Amino acid sequence: MAKPLQYISQGLFYALFMGVIGYFSTLPPYTHLPPDETLIKLSFRHAGQHVGECRERTPEELAKMPEYQRKGGTKVCPRGRSDVVVELEMDGKRLYHEILRPSGLAHSSNANIYRRIPVKAGVHTLKARLKDHPGDDFNYVSEETLTLAPGRILVIDFKAATGGFIFRNKNITTKTQSEGNK
Amino acid sequence: MDCRQPCCKVTPLTTSKHTESVARKMLLRFEGILNKIFGNDLNPFYYLGALGFFFFWVVAVSGAYIYIFYDTGVKDAFKSVESLTHEQPYLGGIMRSLHRYASDALIVVMMLHLLREFILGRYRGARWFAWFTGVPLIWLIFTAGINGYWMPWDTLAQYSTVAAIEWLDWLPIFNEPMSPAFISQEVLNDRFFSLISFAHVTIPVLILFLLWVHIMRISYPVVNPRRGLALGMLLALLVLALIKPALSQGPADMGIEPSNIGIDWFYLFIFPLQDSWSAGRVWALTVGISVLLCVLPWLPARKKQIPIAEVSLKNCNGCRRCVADCPYEAVVTRPRTDSLRFQEEAVVIADRCVSCGICAGACPSSTPFRSDEGYVSGIEMPSMPMAGLRAAMTDDLAKLKGDARVIVFGCDNAADIGKLRGEGVAVMSLPCTAMLPPSFIEYALFENQADGVFITGCRENDCYHRMGGLWATQRLAREREPRLRGRVERERERIGLFWASSADFRELAKELESFRASLRGLAVAPAEADDRHL
Repeated sequence: MAKPLQYISQGLFYALFMGVIGYFSTLPPYTHLPPDETLIKLSFRHAGQHVGECRERTPEELAKMPEYQRKGGTKVCPRGRSDVVVELEMDGKRLYHEILRPSGLAHSSNANIYRRIPVKAGVHTLKARLKDHPGDDFNYVSEETLTLAPGRILVIDFKAATGGFIFRNKNITTKTQSEGNK
Repeated sequence: MDCRQPCCKVTPLTTSKHTESVARKMLLRFEGILNKIFGNDLNPFYYLGALGFFFFWVVAVSGAYIYIFYDTGVKDAFKSVESLTHEQPYLGGIMRSLHRYASDALIVVMMLHLLREFILGRYRGARWFAWFTGVPLIWLIFTAGINGYWMPWDTLAQYSTVAAIEWLDWLPIFNEPMSPAFISQEVLNDRFFSLISFAHVTIPVLILFLLWVHIMRISYPVVNPRRGLALGMLLALLVLALIKPALSQGPADMGIEPSNIGIDWFYLFIFPLQDSWSAGRVWALTVGISVLLCVLPWLPARKKQIPIAEVSLKNCNGCRRCVADCPYEAVVTRPRTDSLRFQEEAVVIADRCVSCGICAGACPSSTPFRSDEGYVSGIEMPSMPMAGLRAAMTDDLAKLKGDARVIVFGCDNAADIGKLRGEGVAVMSLPCTAMLPPSFIEYALFENQADGVFITGCRENDCYHRMGGLWATQRLAREREPRLRGRVERERERIGLFWASSADFRELAKELESFRASLRGLAVAPAEADDRHL
C-alpha cells in the first residue's frame, strides 16, 4: 500500500476507534423510567409478632436460671415470628402483595422488603396494608391520595413505633386518611 | 541405529491440514487488511494485551491526578468533580476525559483480546493459566469501572449505584438488603464515598497484581505496545477528550428517579439488561459466562496435543539455548544428575509444554551433520525426532524432479503448505517453524542438492507459539543461536522466507513460484559450487 494511502487509512482507523469509544460512552441514551411514569419504592424492615403467646416463667424455672439472666425479665416468648403480609392498592386495584418471611434460621428476626413499583404518574389513591400476626386481619392500614409527579420516587416506609406506614417524598398531598394501628 | 526404521518414523511431518472456522478466516482477513494499513509491526490486533496494559497505565496516571482534587461526601463529591472539570479544563477536564475514555478503551481491547485468543485457539494446554487468570481480571476491571462511575455522584452515578446495589441484593447472602441505605438523600452517608474512593484505589492495585499473575507463565511477555501505536492511541484519546469532554449529568437526587440517562455501555450495560430481564437472570448470565470461560481450556479439543518434549541427557550439555527459546517457560535447568562433566541439564515442565518443538530447533545437538548412529538431539519431540526429520527430508528431496528443486519448511498453524507439494517441491510442516534448526537448511542445500530452501510460518509478529517467527528470523539473520553457518550465508539467494497465515495461501504460492524462478536464474546448485571451491 502506498505511504499516503497508508497514513490516510491509519487516520480513518483511529477515527473509527475514537468514534466507537466516544459514541458508546454516553449514547444511545437509556430511558430508565418512561417520562409519564413515577416510581414507588416500598422499603422497610419489621419484626412480626411472636407466633405464640408469651407467658410468665414459673418460680422453679426462674430458680434454675443464673442471677444475671433473671434481670432480662420473667417473660418467655416463642422464638419464631409471624410472617409479615404487605399489600398495596392503587385506586382500588391491588398493586402489590407479598408475604415476607422473617429472616434468620429460626425465622426470629426482621422481615425485610425493598421493591420498585413503577406506576403511571397522576393523582392516585394509595392504600397500604400490613399484617404482622398469625390472625387474618390487617392490623396496619394507611390510605393517602397523592399527586405522583413524573420521575419522582415515592417511598413507602413502615415504622410500627410511629403508627405504621410513612409516605415519604410526597409531591402534593390532597387528602390524607390514616387509620394507624387498629 | 538406522533412523529410517519404523522406530524413528515421523508421523505428522508432511501434513498441516487443519479445519478452519469461519471466525478464524474472517479474523485473519481483517488482520491482513490491518497489516497493509499499519504494517505487521504496528498492527493493533497483534498488541491487544499490550494495549490493555497501556490503557491501564493511562487510567492509573489520569486517575491519580483526579484523585488529588476529589472530595468524599454526599454534596462534596459532585462539587469537587465539577470544579475539576470546569475550573481547570485544560488539565482537570482533559485528565477526567482521558480517565474515562482510556477505561472504555481498556474494555474494548480486553474483550477483543479474549475473543481473538479464543478464535485462534490460544487458550488450551499450557496456555490455560493465562486464560484462566484472565477471567477474574475481567470481573475486577468491570468492578473498578462501575465503581468509578459512582464517584462523581451525578444522576448516572445514582442510577448505577442503585442498580448495582439492587443487583447485589438479589444474592441470598445478606441478612438485610443494602438498597434501603440509598432510598433517600437523608439516609445516604458520607462514609459511602470514603468507601468507594478506597475501593477505587484498592481494586486497580489488585488488577495490577493479577496482570502480573496473568503473564507470569510466559517468557518475554509483551506488556508495551510499539511506540508508534501507543502514541497513536494516546493521541486519539486526547482528540476525543477535546471533541467530547467527559461531563457529569446533573447532581444526584434520591427523590427523583433518573429517567433519560447517557449511559456508558461499555461498563454499565448490565443494568439496562437487569431492568429488562431481572437481577437473577443477569447473575445467571454473568456467572454462567464466567464458569464457561474458566472451563473452556479443558473442554474436548478437536486436535490432540502431540507428546511433549523430552530431554536426552546423554546429548544435553546444559547450554540453556532451549531455556532461552521456550516461549512458555516450560524448560528449566537443574544441576546435573548424571556423571557427565557438564554443570546443568535441561528439564521439561510437563504441564507447561505445548509441544511446539522450538526447544529442539534451538538445541545444538539437533544438527543433521551427525552419523546415523546415536543421532538423538539433547531435547526433541518424541513424535518427530531429528533423525526422523532428516530421514524424511532426504527421502522427499530424492523424489524431486526437474529444475529449481525446493524444500518448503512451514508451520502447522499457518498456511497449509501441503497444497504446495509438486514435482519440484517437497514440503515439511512442523509444529512451529522455529523447530527447524538452521543446520537443516545447510544440510538440504549442501548434502541433498536441493536448489533452494523456502521457509514459511505464521504472519510476522503473530506467531501461534509467540516467539517462533522471531527466533527463526533471528537465527537466519545470524543474530541468535543456533545461527546459519557462513557457507550458507554465501548462498543467501537460495533461501526464501515468507510469512503467511492460512488466509495468505495465494500470496505464499506466488512467492514460492517467484523464488523458484529466481533459482532457475542461478547458475549452479550450491553443493556443486561448493565442490568446485574445494
